Amino acid sequence: MEQRKEGTSKINVKDLNLFYGEKQALFGVDLAIHEKEVTALIGPSGCGKSTFLRTLNRMNDLIDGVKITGDVVIDHENVYKTNDVIKLRTKVGMVFQKPNLFPMSIYDNVAYGPRMQGIKSKKELNKIVEESLRSAAIWDEVKDRLKTSALGLSGGQQQRVCIARAIAMKPDIILMDEPTSALDPISTLKIEELITNMKKDYTIVIVTHNMQQAARISDKTAFFLNGEVVEYDDTDSIFSTPQDQRTEDYVTGRFG
Amino acid sequence: MRYLKDNLLRGLLWLSAFLSVAVLVMIVGFIFYKGFNLISFDFIFGDYSPTGGGGIWPMIVTTIYTVLISLVIATPIGILAAVYLQEYAKQGRLVRLIRFATESLTGIPSIIYGLFGAVFFVTTLKLGMSILAASLTLTIIVLPVIIRTTEEALKTVPRSYREGSLALGTTKLQTLYKVILPSSMPGILSGIILSVGRIVGESAAIFLTAGTVAAMPESILSSARTLTVHSYLVTQESGDIELAAAVGIVLIVIILAINLIATFISKKFNKATNK
Repeated sequence: MEQRKEGTSKINVKDLNLFYGEKQALFGVDLAIHEKEVTALIGPSGCGKSTFLRTLNRMNDLIDGVKITGDVVIDHENVYKTNDVIKLRTKVGMVFQKPNLFPMSIYDNVAYGPRMQGIKSKKELNKIVEESLRSAAIWDEVKDRLKTSALGLSGGQQQRVCIARAIAMKPDIILMDEPTSALDPISTLKIEELITNMKKDYTIVIVTHNMQQAARISDKTAFFLNGEVVEYDDTDSIFSTPQDQRTEDYVTGRFG
Repeated sequence: MRYLKDNLLRGLLWLSAFLSVAVLVMIVGFIFYKGFNLISFDFIFGDYSPTGGGGIWPMIVTTIYTVLISLVIATPIGILAAVYLQEYAKQGRLVRLIRFATESLTGIPSIIYGLFGAVFFVTTLKLGMSILAASLTLTIIVLPVIIRTTEEALKTVPRSYREGSLALGTTKLQTLYKVILPSSMPGILSGIILSVGRIVGESAAIFLTAGTVAAMPESILSSARTLTVHSYLVTQESGDIELAAAVGIVLIVIILAINLIATFISKKFNKATNK
């Protein structure tokens, strides 16, 4: 098998365990996620892939009774030893399953993050909003209606504005939690195209239900089952020559 | 037999609905019938005259004072308390206890609040029978209403808004201030407006704390009477049902106006947020 060129590892996860109260949801997860690549997390519902994704920007902190052991190291900094969750989340952006724009104008949505960071200059905000919307490939569709409510856009457009909103923070890493599961096929295609273009600038970790999607857009794929990583490898290898029987069963559609 | 039952039940439901509407129409009709002749510009905007024939402007002013003062105090405290209970407090026994306490407070008859106000605000704090003492008592009465409605409003804010905001590296306070409170504004406003209705309609507690002086209040430390107290007293003292009914008309119109404003505001907000 051809040796892929290895990027440097951006996120290093070592022996990560997560408990919801008494119930353990992640079991000793080890994963090295590489810079400026798309890493897909696949697996059946409830396998822990979304839970894992949310450990990377500490979104699980919002849930009562969550306990985490192990290390998540991003750029040599241990995510669970820092007190500055705010800084972590500006560096690690997130796009959710359903578009969750705020009930404000498109402009205000994209400018929300930078404003909260204290950027007040109108000129600078205009620049950030335009650049972000351009990077999210939605600028042309919304440039004439920036001041209208973002909730008037279609689902696919909203999701791209959500991506723009994340980009506006100038993050290094963007986490995506099944970003196309609520969208029609055409919008899905647009987002996938966007993700492929974005990886030259960002490290992307995407949870997906859709195996074809993982195959189409990702460089590496991790297969989760019952809170464990069964197999993690180049996407091509996972889909063509899986090492583990369970991975093979899943990617060939025998369960899941 | 089954059809008979069905029809019987249907008839019963219809009758109940009809009765409740009929009662309302009868009351409003009675009040308007008795009092409408007295309604005039001078009656509403004229000064009160103890010898009869005067207006009720001092009572309207007193009512407005009590509404404003009570709300100025109760709204911020109520909203902050609700935010604490809903967003910050660790959900557990203490929070359940506080919720139980606020819920129980809404069920206490207002005369009890009046007695408390008369002892605590009027006597102990030496505010005397005054608009201020009455307003403070009313603050305690409407506080649970504002807390409850605000809590309900906060609950309806989708989790995805909070997550979306926090994931952008904002603090909890920023999220609260910029996303959660604006989205729950219609609910909070409707709670405040409900409180206005409660204050305007209150009589027993005000009677015991603001007194019954029928004159334009000089300051918020003056004793004065609100519309409801006035309505009660004219019936009690002179048996003048027509005058009391005329005051009633003014009250009904005020409450109706408040309800219309409430519907209007919440519709407007809903448009702004859900578009």
